[in-house]
Amino acid sequence: MISDITLGQFFPGYSPIHKLDPRTKIILATAFIVAVFMANNPVSFLLLTLGALVLVAVSRLSFKVVFKGIKPIILILLFTALINVFMTSGEGTPLFELGIIKIYTEGIVRAVFMAVRVVILIIGTSVLLTYTTSPISLTDGIESLLSPLKKIGVPVHTFAMMMSIALRFIPTLVEETEKIMNAQKSRGADFTSGSLVNRAKALIPLLIPLFVSSFKRAEELATAMECRCYRGDKNRTKLVKLEYKGRDILWFLIFAAALAILILTTVLPYNLDISGQIYEIVFYQI
Amino acid sequence: MNDYIIKTESLNFVYDDEDSDIVKQATSPALSDVSLSIKRGEYVAILGHNGSGKSTFAKLLNMILTPTSGKIYIDGVDITSESFSEDDMFDIRRKIGMVFQNPDNQLVATVVEEDVAFGPENLGLPREEIRRRVNSALSVVGMTDYARHAPHKLSGGQKQRIAIAGILAMKPDIIIFDESTAMLDPMGRRDIVAIMERLNREEGITILNITHYMEEAARADRVVVINDGRVVLDGSARDVFSEVSYLHSIGLEAPQGNELIDELRSAGLDISGDGLTPDEATETLFKFLSRKN
Repeated sequence: MISDITLGQFFPGYSPIHKLDPRTKIILATAFIVAVFMANNPVSFLLLTLGALVLVAVSRLSFKVVFKGIKPIILILLFTALINVFMTSGEGTPLFELGIIKIYTEGIVRAVFMAVRVVILIIGTSVLLTYTTSPISLTDGIESLLSPLKKIGVPVHTFAMMMSIALRFIPTLVEETEKIMNAQKSRGADFTSGSLVNRAKALIPLLIPLFVSSFKRAEELATAMECRCYRGDKNRTKLVKLEYKGRDILWFLIFAAALAILILTTVLPYNLDISGQIYEIVFYQI
Repeated sequence: MNDYIIKTESLNFVYDDEDSDIVKQATSPALSDVSLSIKRGEYVAILGHNGSGKSTFAKLLNMILTPTSGKIYIDGVDITSESFSEDDMFDIRRKIGMVFQNPDNQLVATVVEEDVAFGPENLGLPREEIRRRVNSALSVVGMTDYARHAPHKLSGGQKQRIAIAGILAMKPDIIIFDESTAMLDPMGRRDIVAIMERLNREEGITILNITHYMEEAARADRVVVINDGRVVLDGSARDVFSEVSYLHSIGLEAPQGNELIDELRSAGLDISGDGLTPDEATETLFKFLSRKN
C-alpha cells in the first residue's frame, strides 16, 4: 500500500517539454500562473484552455493521466462553484428564483470562470513542472534561480542540498516504515481497524523507531559526506550544469507572444450582457 | 614519498560527553596507546569485536574525530599538528576514502552517476574531469550499466559498489572499509572483497579492512587485532590466527579451519600445519591422515 506512493508523479519521457531546462519550466509555469489570474473574459479563458491543451499535447502525456490529477479536487471545485452560483448577487432580475434562493447571471459566470481557472492552473503547472521534471532537476533549477539570493546571505545551496537529500531518502524511509510496521504487526499491532484515536495511537510505536533510526541515518550520512570532502558549496563544481539552449529561448518567445495576446484580450470590452445572453441561451436549452 | 603511508604514535582517544550520546560505541577510553605503521600498498585487516575501538581508529585517520593525544602521520605529514589547516584536512580526506557499513546511509544522490560525482564535485574539479572519473570508477566496480539508475532500486552489494565507486572517483591512496560487508549477503560480500583485493593489487591502493569476519581477515597480508582500544596482535594472518586460544579469550575466533585443527590438537593429535583457508585445512588434515597410515 505504502509503496504505491510515487513522489511528485514524474513521468520520464523525451518530449520537447521534458527536454527543457528546469529553470525555463519554472519561469514559464510562473508566467502561466500569472496569465491564469489575468484572464477575465470568455475570450481569454478560451485562449488559456487552448494553451493548456497544446501543452498537454506537446508533453506527450496521455490526457487520462493529466485529468487524473484533477480528480481529487473535483468535489471541492463543485462545492465552491455552487457556493459562487448561490451567493453572488448581481444587478437586474435573477435568472432563477425560489424563495430566498436567487441565481444571477453573474453568479454562474463567476462559478464557471473560477472552475476553469483552477482546472487550467493545475493542468498547466503539472504538465510544465511535476509531470515532466524529475525532482532532482527541479531542485537544481530552484537552486540556480535562487542563487542571486546568496549575495544577501540566504543559504540557497544548503536548502537545495536538504531538499535533494530528502528526496533521496523518501524511498529508503518508506521501506523502513514497512519493515517496522511488519515487525509490529507480527507482534500483534493493528494499524487498520479500530477508531480513529486507536489507529492514531497505534502509529506511535511506529513513529518512534522511525525517528530514532532517521537520526542515526542522518549522523552516518553526515559522516559519509564529510569523508567525501563535502564542505557546502565552497569550491564546488557540478557534473551536470544547467544551460539554456536554443529550444529554451524558443519557448520563452512563444510564451511571451501568447502572454501578449492574452493581455490584449483582457482589455477587450467585455460586455456582461453579451456573455450573459450566451449563458441564458445555454441555460434555457438545458 | 614516505615508506609508511599511515603512522600513529601512542594514539589516545576518549569520547567526551558531547559525542558520547551519538557516536560512542565503546566504553571510554576508546583507544589507548595505539602505535601502528602501515606501508604504502599494504592490505591490512583490522579485527576486533564490537566496541573494541576499531572504527574509532578509522575515524581518527581521516579527521572525523580528533585524537585526545598522540600523533598521526599520513604520508609523512603530521595531521595532529597545530598548524594543520582546514584545506589540508580536505586533502587528507581525499587521500583516505572510507566505505561504511550501511550502503543506504552513504549515498547522497538519486541517480547513481550523480552520487559517484559527489566527491569530485566537492573537490572542485572541472566537469570533463568529473565525467572521466565517474565513468572509470563505475567501470572498475562493474556498474557502468547502472549509471542512470536510482540507487534505492539496487541490491545491497550493488549499492556498496556504488559507494566504492564514489570513493574511487576521488583517487584516494588509502581506502578504509569500515565493516562494509557486514550488511551484505554472501554474494555481495564476495563481490566487495574481490573488488578490495583487485584495487590493492592492480591500483596499488592501500586497503584497511575493518571487519569481524575471520575468513575475510585471513585473506589480508597483515592482521591487526584491537581489543579494548589496544593493539593486542599484529602480524601476518598466519601468525595471528595461530593464537587460537588467545583469540578466544578476547571474544574472537579464528577461521574455521584453524579452529578445527586447534580442537584436534587439544584432543591430543599431533598435527602440523595450518588451516587458514578451507583448502589449506583440507590439505593439512589430508597430510596428517596419510602420514598416519
